[in-house]
Amino acid sequence: MEQTPILECRNLCISYDTRGGEIPAVIDFNMKVMPGKGVGIVGESGCGKSTVALAIMQYLGSNGYIKSGEIFFHGRDMRTMSEEELRSIRGSKIAMIYQEPMASLNPSMKIGEQLAEVPLYHEDVTKEEAMQRALELLEAVKLPDPPRILDSYPHQISGGQQQRVVIAMALLSKPDLLLLDEPTTALDVTVERGIVELVNEISAEFGTAMVYISHNLGLILETCDRVTVMYSGEAVEDGTVEEVFDDMKHPYTSGLFASIPLPGADKNERPLVPIPGQLPLPHQRPTGCYFGPRCAFFRDGQCNQEKLPMRTVEGNEGHHVRCVRFEEIDWSEGDHTSVAVKSVDSGKVVLSVRNMKKYYEIKSSSILAMIRGDNVKTVKANENINFDAREAETVAIVGESGCGKSTFAKVLMGLEDATDGEVILNGKDLGQIPVQKRSPQTVGHLQMVFQNPFDTLNPSHSVGSQIARVIRKFGVEKDPNKVREKVNDLLDLVKLPRDFAHRRPRQLSGGQKQRIGIARAFAGNPAVVVADEPVSALDVSVQAAVTGLLTEIQNDLRSTLLFISHDLSVVRYLSDRVVVMYLGHIVEQGTTDEVFSPPYHPYTEALLSAVPIADTSVEQKQIILEGDIPSAVNPPPGCPFQTRCPRKIGSICETDVPPVKDMGNGHMVTCHLDTDVFEAMEPVIVMQEGEAAE
Amino acid sequence: MLILAARRFVSMALIMVVISFTLFAIFESDKLAVAGKVLGPYSNTEQRELWLEQNGYNEPFVERYFTWVFNAMRGDFGDSIQFKAPVADIMWPRLGNTAILAGLYMLFMIPLSLTLGVIAGMKEGSFQDRAVSVGSVLTTSVPEFASATFFTAVFVFALGWFPGTAAMTDGFSWAEIFLPVLVLVMYGFGYTARMTRASMAEVMTSHYIRTAVLKGIPYRRVIMKHALRNALIAPFTVIILQLNWLLSGVIVVEVFFAYKGFGKLLLDGALFGDIYVIEACTLVAVFVAVFSQFISDIGYTLLNPRIRFT
Amino acid sequence: MTAETQNNDTTPSALGKFFTSVGLLRESPIAIFGLSLILFWVILAILAPILPLYDPNAPLEPFKFPLDGSAKNDGLYWLGTDHKGRDILSRVIFGAQQVLVWATTATAVAYIVGMLMGVVAGYLGGWWDEVISFISNILLSFPVIVLYIIIITYLGATGFNIVLAVTFASAPGIMRIVRGLVLDLRTRDYIFAAQTRGESPLYIMIVELLPNARGPLIVDACLRLGYTTITIAMLGYLGLGLPPPDPDWGKMIAETQPLGSFAGHMAVVPAVAISSLVLGFNLLADGLREISMKD
Repeated sequence: MEQTPILECRNLCISYDTRGGEIPAVIDFNMKVMPGKGVGIVGESGCGKSTVALAIMQYLGSNGYIKSGEIFFHGRDMRTMSEEELRSIRGSKIAMIYQEPMASLNPSMKIGEQLAEVPLYHEDVTKEEAMQRALELLEAVKLPDPPRILDSYPHQISGGQQQRVVIAMALLSKPDLLLLDEPTTALDVTVERGIVELVNEISAEFGTAMVYISHNLGLILETCDRVTVMYSGEAVEDGTVEEVFDDMKHPYTSGLFASIPLPGADKNERPLVPIPGQLPLPHQRPTGCYFGPRCAFFRDGQCNQEKLPMRTVEGNEGHHVRCVRFEEIDWSEGDHTSVAVKSVDSGKVVLSVRNMKKYYEIKSSSILAMIRGDNVKTVKANENINFDAREAETVAIVGESGCGKSTFAKVLMGLEDATDGEVILNGKDLGQIPVQKRSPQTVGHLQMVFQNPFDTLNPSHSVGSQIARVIRKFGVEKDPNKVREKVNDLLDLVKLPRDFAHRRPRQLSGGQKQRIGIARAFAGNPAVVVADEPVSALDVSVQAAVTGLLTEIQNDLRSTLLFISHDLSVVRYLSDRVVVMYLGHIVEQGTTDEVFSPPYHPYTEALLSAVPIADTSVEQKQIILEGDIPSAVNPPPGCPFQTRCPRKIGSICETDVPPVKDMGNGHMVTCHLDTDVFEAMEPVIVMQEGEAAE
Repeated sequence: MLILAARRFVSMALIMVVISFTLFAIFESDKLAVAGKVLGPYSNTEQRELWLEQNGYNEPFVERYFTWVFNAMRGDFGDSIQFKAPVADIMWPRLGNTAILAGLYMLFMIPLSLTLGVIAGMKEGSFQDRAVSVGSVLTTSVPEFASATFFTAVFVFALGWFPGTAAMTDGFSWAEIFLPVLVLVMYGFGYTARMTRASMAEVMTSHYIRTAVLKGIPYRRVIMKHALRNALIAPFTVIILQLNWLLSGVIVVEVFFAYKGFGKLLLDGALFGDIYVIEACTLVAVFVAVFSQFISDIGYTLLNPRIRFT
Repeated sequence: MTAETQNNDTTPSALGKFFTSVGLLRESPIAIFGLSLILFWVILAILAPILPLYDPNAPLEPFKFPLDGSAKNDGLYWLGTDHKGRDILSRVIFGAQQVLVWATTATAVAYIVGMLMGVVAGYLGGWWDEVISFISNILLSFPVIVLYIIIITYLGATGFNIVLAVTFASAPGIMRIVRGLVLDLRTRDYIFAAQTRGESPLYIMIVELLPNARGPLIVDACLRLGYTTITIAMLGYLGLGLPPPDPDWGKMIAETQPLGSFAGHMAVVPAVAISSLVLGFNLLADGLREISMKD
């Protein structure tokens, strides 16, 4: 029997009015959401996925509007509903969960009151009943001490807890449909894992249908039954998760999967393949296939003629693809050049960090604390950091927020003094030498690539002058003509046209800015380059290209790369050695293979299980960490991980700082666990061999 | 909370000390000049020296400062040179008159500017928004002495509805105080209205307002309960801090309409060189300003839970 | 949303850039109207010496109404004369010269001082910040008019002292704005990048920080120009302004206000003049803010 879908979008077109005229944000979008099912919408920034969610809510702001098409909710067109009808549906039948939990809650109202509003205005209940309901829901989303949270303001609880409150708010009136717009993007991986698990449990328990919007294919795999892939305002492929993930028909979908590092990917055997070019601006979309200019299978005269319709894959009613050539594509035909990462023999030790400590003092200005004399609190941002990095080697430093990786970078760069210990670069201790006292050569030998592409270049100066400044500053060249030549060389190095030197940063895309950032870092022939999450703010399809470029230059120049990241997939893909940090401590370090296979530190184990992996053939062990990462101002005594550790053995973890155990070959784990426990550990990520071979 | 209040109080006291010391240094470090001001330009040096001796001016400077502060705290600011009477006797009634003027101004300005600002900020870019924005730019561009000129030309000379002065020779008169208050409100409401508008507009585009709307609660409640509270935090501080700027307008209006207020006393004292009046008025004016900042800080903390509980 | 490449391949010359930014104004009719008002007065002020005007300080024929003919000079008093027989049109135009010169100078000086204080307090922090903020707090505790009265009665009413008084009154406010902007900007990665290549604090403050704070500062400077105009006229009105006999809009109102019952134009004309100039500054600021918001 054919069920009526809870929600159906038919030929939906959404546009925004701007100064430059009408801009179509979503074009010809179709989607069906069946009761109790989860539908994912996946795509890169600017593809229109969030616009779809807001259109469903009929909340497009003053300049957005639905141009054509219908949105049916339980068979009724929402566009014909009155404001009052919409109001009665919003929050009670359809609820939404947002990307920024902090911004989504009213800062000056107590959480209890914000929650109680939902039943108060949708059902006939008293204030006490509404509060009671709020309390029950807070318990249902597994928040500790619900009565206290009910009486708190949003800023008094952590980000993960805020997101749970938002989820509780969405569930209060048992909606038929839940819209989740990147609900975990702002959260740490281990916290994200808990939220995803909660969402899955809830949809199973309440039978709520979900629309899950994300850029992360791994999350979609974990939460959804069906998925729609969007590109530049259009759906390019939809089908069941298995169809799209294992038997993708659209070149863009296939490109996406090829550009993310999956556990099966290997620098040498299955290298990443970036998608060339970038997303077109809405008003510069090409005729025909919007993906055409970036597609390896593009055929002139066939792909750029007229608007393409969605076509059904033969023999598979639910699988649609917006491509004229998908039946005839020979996947081996037009492969993009893959990112070549050669394995390079590592040389002598270039950078050596010995017992490095960095403490901050925070003065509490409260009078009470001053009287008691304990107004100075020490934040132990880095505690006993020990590791070596060799020439041409890539060392990854992995950790979540508050783990001390940024502080470590600051000490290394000379912006902060080390409290204790040594930072030795090419035999010279730099731990106590601030950057201004270092020689230009030393400074040039230790450079950094920054995280945020929108921040990395000064918007007031041209790209060329910013690179030239670095060249002069490091004493590479002084003569104006030579400097200009060197700027051109560097632009060539990062594969950008030379006339980019005259451009302003705002004329560049995120990936291009990041390339300039790389050029700048390599201007002084650095011995060590610190890359702080260099690609995490970029779109997936651009990430691979930038990562590839970075490692390629590093290999050619035999520089050491310190790759700071929270993304274990990327780390596994490109690093030689891995250092795992938690709350300022190194909990584990070793070669990549050693860290990614048992024995693990319990934190590494949990991290590995938390990373969403977009591969149906991978099985991950479920380890869900309780609670949030403690604050570095008030760290737990003993082992830093003891408050959340699933393998905690007892009071020794709470009192004694664990010893560093050598598992052989320099693989260090800082843990109290016994050797036999370590030996009995099983791998977290298991590939099912038969399917993985394809 | 109490700790915060105590800290603010201490810094307020510190600022008062620094300011009073600076004032004293500016006006009384040159003893002979003081004597010259008091005894008039035709007094000779011996008379001045004698006067200084009699009035304790030969004590060390710091000691004189403390005596001065101590007296001021008791309400003794010395005798006015111009009026030949204790400054306190003249100043307090004048301050009372100005308080009436400022109070009436606040009474009309606050509801007017907040309402207009909220209405404009609710729908950014709408007709009411444009109207309020343009209106408030217009009125804030016309300084008090100009608007007073215009209003007098229309209401006093052309229409004859109101008297052109507010000297209150026959006791308090509503008709006389109308124009001064109107002039102050005209110039003053625009700033607060624009501030409120900006604050409201920002709140209306915030994610938590979206959350509230998509929660399905009535629009009225979204505005009243979710938006207003957050939108009015900023205007609140602006209104209180306006006291600092208000005094300029008050002086102009008092001069224009010959209203016997505090501002006119200060100005007359300054033009005459009546140092004790200047000192006293400045101290009082600064105290009111610093105290209003104190109130505004405390109020801001009370209104904003993000600062209250951390 | 990712910012995508715009294909502006040409490198704009300095002149071209100037015209682009003027062209930007076209997007806001409000800004254009404001700028026209300002330019109207600026042009009149510049042309004042060569315009066929009467001597602004010469007593001609008192109490002439606008458009009255002149018996002596065989011409017209476009805006009439005042109680001392001086031509009002001429006085208003020469008054514009005065107010524009002093308001611009005073605002510029206040801005240099305030910006310096703000960028140092915001970027260097620590004791610099404590001391600068404390000084600013003290100055901000004064009702502005009291500050003016103290400085001018103590030092005397000259142009230089007015500039000084405006600086004392405005610099702390400017400092607060700049400090706030700098506190935000200093966390950006490009500042971090400059630090990691060992740039001096001075270089970072002047080359890396300030150019990026210019947007909000230009808007604020416009508003402040308007406010300083009011201040200078107000001081003139209160008798604390520039010494006579040169025309001063504020003083013109003060002198002729008592004659309003039969010669209202004498005070109304300068009142209109000052209001229109301030309106110009405020509208331009508003328009500029609107334009900067859109981008």
